Amino acid sequence: MTLAEKILARASGKQEVKPGEIVMARVDVAMSHENADVVLRAFKEIGIPKVWNPDKIVLLFDHRIPAECEKTAETHKRIRKFVKEQGIKHFYDMYAGICHQVLPEKGHTIPGEILVGTDSHTTTHGAFGTFATGIGATEMAGVWATGETWFKVPSTIKIEVQGKFKPWVSAKDLILYIIGKLGADGADYKAVEFSGPAIKDMSIASRMVLSNLSMEMGAKVAFVEVDDKTLEYVKSRIQNTGDRIQEIVSDGKYEKVIEFDVSSLVSQIACPHSVDNVKPVYEVKGIKIDQALLGSCTNGRLEDLEVAAKILDGKRVVKSVRMLVIPASWEIYLEAMHRGYLEIFVRAGALVLNPGCGPCLGAHQGILAEGEVCVSTTNRNFQGRMGSSESFVYLASPATIAISAVKGEIIEP
Amino acid sequence: MIKGRIWKLGSNVNTDVIYPGRWLKITDDPKEMASHSFEGIMPEFVSEVKKGDIIVAGRYFGCGSSREQAVACLKHLGIGGIIAESFARIYYRNAINLGLPILIAPGISKKVEQGNFDFIEVDFAKGLIKLKDTEIKVAPLPKFILEIIKEGGLIPHIKKKYR
Repeated sequence: MTLAEKILARASGKQEVKPGEIVMARVDVAMSHENADVVLRAFKEIGIPKVWNPDKIVLLFDHRIPAECEKTAETHKRIRKFVKEQGIKHFYDMYAGICHQVLPEKGHTIPGEILVGTDSHTTTHGAFGTFATGIGATEMAGVWATGETWFKVPSTIKIEVQGKFKPWVSAKDLILYIIGKLGADGADYKAVEFSGPAIKDMSIASRMVLSNLSMEMGAKVAFVEVDDKTLEYVKSRIQNTGDRIQEIVSDGKYEKVIEFDVSSLVSQIACPHSVDNVKPVYEVKGIKIDQALLGSCTNGRLEDLEVAAKILDGKRVVKSVRMLVIPASWEIYLEAMHRGYLEIFVRAGALVLNPGCGPCLGAHQGILAEGEVCVSTTNRNFQGRMGSSESFVYLASPATIAISAVKGEIIEP
Repeated sequence: MIKGRIWKLGSNVNTDVIYPGRWLKITDDPKEMASHSFEGIMPEFVSEVKKGDIIVAGRYFGCGSSREQAVACLKHLGIGGIIAESFARIYYRNAINLGLPILIAPGISKKVEQGNFDFIEVDFAKGLIKLKDTEIKVAPLPKFILEIIKEGGLIPHIKKKYR
């Protein structure tokens, strides 16, 4: 069976499952951020007094921190109260960072387990061999009440990647290229498995970029092949894994196998207003920018800050550009501080913000006005997502956005 | 069988345009949520939509975020159901869980004209669609999903099952 089939079979108590079959599966980790407010309303409506297992629920705030308005402040307050009432111990409030970085860091993301989150980019956790997928708030209320939910067993696309990246070309460029080829719904309802030498060579952070952005081709789950690097990371993050790490080798039948070679890949950029509108950066060279955003659950990790710091060291962000830097977590923030990256950013004239989602979803901290252009390391460029319906978001790698901030226009690193 | 006016939309209609992220701070007032439906790309939608109207869309309706407000807002406006060539999976689940009828109908967008508010008749349970001069039969939703929708969504469904 493929990884998705194996994990769903185990979680539903079956010997074998087949694509298309619908199963009821036990959930191992149930994650929510601010939208836990919507979840707890639905949960209270069910009328069951206690959640099925308070230790399997992980909550934190990342979308709108610190509270940008009174409504959000009330949301945060209601969730804090609920956490106390229910005895939920894995609650990080606004002191940890973006959920998709924090859960692996704090040892909640385990290979072979089922992790559901009320956030579409929950696919990120597939980088650890976890069956991780996004669900809605009402469905999460059902999980809180019963500990299970239904899944249609997905068929699996295997993506094999060969070769070595050119300098300044990274996982972000690869996954944008893949989305450009397969399309925004190229993997809708399907599982994806990434493997091959180029994937093996990748850091954990880079693998997370692939699983994160696979959501933008519709993937239900996006696994990266588990290897020693994965196990080493996971074991360093959890005191006692016990028997929690289950068999994680895929040996099933794939719907199709697609091969890529990164050796000749150049920097890629997703142009407005869809993530599959992907071009080589040189094709849109010279477009003037107003904002450059480095951060998010896609590219706010240490290696992303490092590459941008290398480019910005001793340079200035051009006066016409607002550059925002948002580390993905407190751990990353501290380490970037320790290594001097944050000083480089501040001296270069960038604004370093607190870990969180920042302006990615258009809630606060850097909203775009009509006609403005932002190059961003985030994962969505839908019309109006980051502000005005008449603004334009281009998605690219940390290297591309850093050099573009210095030049004031889109340019290849 | 329900009958409603058609709102014809294209492909890849994402949750950010259905319900902008800046309004995610609204968590408890469906009426307020509803007032922001499609505000960026179709500011006329909220005032022109009528109870029972049916959205007919192209491929991959509801792609993007998991935000449930993007279903709740349309449900509150009285949208009778959504028919699309295909749905993004989280939107599909959210619609079921909030009891908003949906149907996957390959090829439907070619059979429906843009913006003339023709009527469409749909039997979501049987997968039957009637247009002015044609009838289309598609696969109905699986039985247990139809049951959730019939009961008004996941919450009433769970209530019934566990109490």
